[in-house]
Amino acid sequence: MERHLKSAGPFIALLALVLAGALINDAFLSAGNLVNILARSSFIGIIAIGATFVISGGGIDLSVGAMAAFISGCMILLMNFLLGFTDSVPLIITGALLASLGIGAAAGLINGLLTTKARIEAFIVTLGTMGIYRSLVTWLADGGALTLNFTVGDLYSEVYYGRLLGLPYPVWIFLATATSGYVLLNHTVFGRHCLAVGSNDKVARYSAINVDRVRTTTFVLQGICVSIATIIYVPRLGSASGQTGILWELEAIAAVIIGGTMLRGGHGRIWGTVAGALILTLIGNILNLTDAVSNYLNGAVQGIIVIVAVLLQRGVWSSRP
Amino acid sequence: MSKRGFDMRLALASLLLWACSPLWAQTIGVSIPAATHGWAGGLNYHADETRQRLEEQYPGLSIIIVTAEDATEQANDLEDLVAVRGIDALVILPFESTALTGPVRNVKRQGVFVTVVDRGLAEPGIDDVYVAGDNRGMGRVSGEYFRQRLPGGGDIVVLRGIPTVIDEQRFNGFMEAIDGSGINVLDHQYANWNRDDGFTVMQDFLSRFSSIDGVWAQDDDIAIGVIQAVRQARREDEMFIVGGGGMKDIVRRVMDGDSLTPVDVLYPPAMISTAMELTALRFTAGIPIQGEFLLESPLITEENAEQYYFPDSPF
Repeated sequence: MERHLKSAGPFIALLALVLAGALINDAFLSAGNLVNILARSSFIGIIAIGATFVISGGGIDLSVGAMAAFISGCMILLMNFLLGFTDSVPLIITGALLASLGIGAAAGLINGLLTTKARIEAFIVTLGTMGIYRSLVTWLADGGALTLNFTVGDLYSEVYYGRLLGLPYPVWIFLATATSGYVLLNHTVFGRHCLAVGSNDKVARYSAINVDRVRTTTFVLQGICVSIATIIYVPRLGSASGQTGILWELEAIAAVIIGGTMLRGGHGRIWGTVAGALILTLIGNILNLTDAVSNYLNGAVQGIIVIVAVLLQRGVWSSRP
Repeated sequence: MSKRGFDMRLALASLLLWACSPLWAQTIGVSIPAATHGWAGGLNYHADETRQRLEEQYPGLSIIIVTAEDATEQANDLEDLVAVRGIDALVILPFESTALTGPVRNVKRQGVFVTVVDRGLAEPGIDDVYVAGDNRGMGRVSGEYFRQRLPGGGDIVVLRGIPTVIDEQRFNGFMEAIDGSGINVLDHQYANWNRDDGFTVMQDFLSRFSSIDGVWAQDDDIAIGVIQAVRQARREDEMFIVGGGGMKDIVRRVMDGDSLTPVDVLYPPAMISTAMELTALRFTAGIPIQGEFLLESPLITEENAEQYYFPDSPF
């Protein structure tokens, strides 16, 4: 019973925030606002699903925000470039999507191999790649912004703004990624290995688990998740710059921890992560809908809510330390 | 070879050397923020372009540009410029007025000619030349446009930058200009001079307020996000948006007569070029240029937009 209450923590916090939002402003529960929140949280949410694997496998990835900016930049440059060769916009977009997934997986593989084969701490590896991707995108954009050609942008924007059964595509993609993540983590051999490695890698090694391969795979999954998030991010504004995805890594890690995954590894909760991402987006949304809090204190309110949300799923429900 | 022939050649060679290296061989150090956002990208572009032009024009002049991510790094850069590069003049756009005052004073004490751009130092008498951007005036010009555009008053929302002195000055200038006009600011929120935040904040304003007459986005990056949010909500005909800075994409819209972005307010990143040119003149022409130069923030309209449009600039 206690365990159930604990895992319900992030959902209780989510519910409390929704109630608070509804009380603060009538506009909060309007269909338009709710759809905005869901679509907005899909970027961080999808990246955080990848981060759930990395963190529950005992690693950490700080490079995701910069990686998202870099992949966005590459996609925009590629689409603008391909426009010189073919008029078929769907073909151009398909090419960019494949390239995006390829770059994401490769970037994840580099992080993974540097961590497992070169035996450098994941924190340092990804701190390094974070700087590299951030500078690369600034360099590609000459310090300004890369802008997608209007012809391609017009059709591609459908991916962010278009809807299926009343919900925007990003929400469906978020849901699909979360469901696949849930199945992969909780109902496959890889998922069990991932948790075993995160919980104690020596024991996992003696149990004949290929620890390096499992760890590397979590980073590749993270890279692919970043790429999926990028694919729905680029059509929103059709541009990328050195400012794109700033601090997304911290938001993704926060979403994972709020959701009940332990930072020390060995424990992962995909739906908790989804709730965590929604909580983070909700805080910003509610603050924008009210004058009650001074602008200058927005950061403090966010900090308090994040800490309370984690308290809810840890201490409050349990007398154990 | 006779000794006399050797002497002749030596003399010729020295003559040639003398002719090639003008007496006024000088080094100018330029210290500016790194290109981490659109406006700073434009700043870097104009600085580099001016460096090339000046070095070509005056072969004796050498210009070193260093970029910093924050005030501490900029202070370190200043020490290197003086100690390692031995600069004769410094052109600096300080990250923060107060934090950089001490380091620039130290540079000045070494006998270096100092030109300050955009933000003034906290102490008078350090700079020889001050090329000032007018943030308060930028807000005022924007506010005056709102006054003129909404003569009977109206409801507007304001998106602000990052909580800094610059943002505060622009915001105060704007609020003073609309004071008593019947224009009501429904709410103002920080959008961090960032497109994504501009989009998000504007989406929430649109959910919250059923009627908005105008948006002051203060910055063209924010304005790009605002435009997308307004379009998504299909409320383009309800309001107008005023950004700021002079980004080519927005100036282009103004030039094309887009009713959603009827005007823009210039805050020119090219002010670094003004400062570099003035500093170079001090050494090449030897004319007096000491003093303060205030660059105004004019309103960019459909009629005059062409003269502010730089298609090659990244900003």
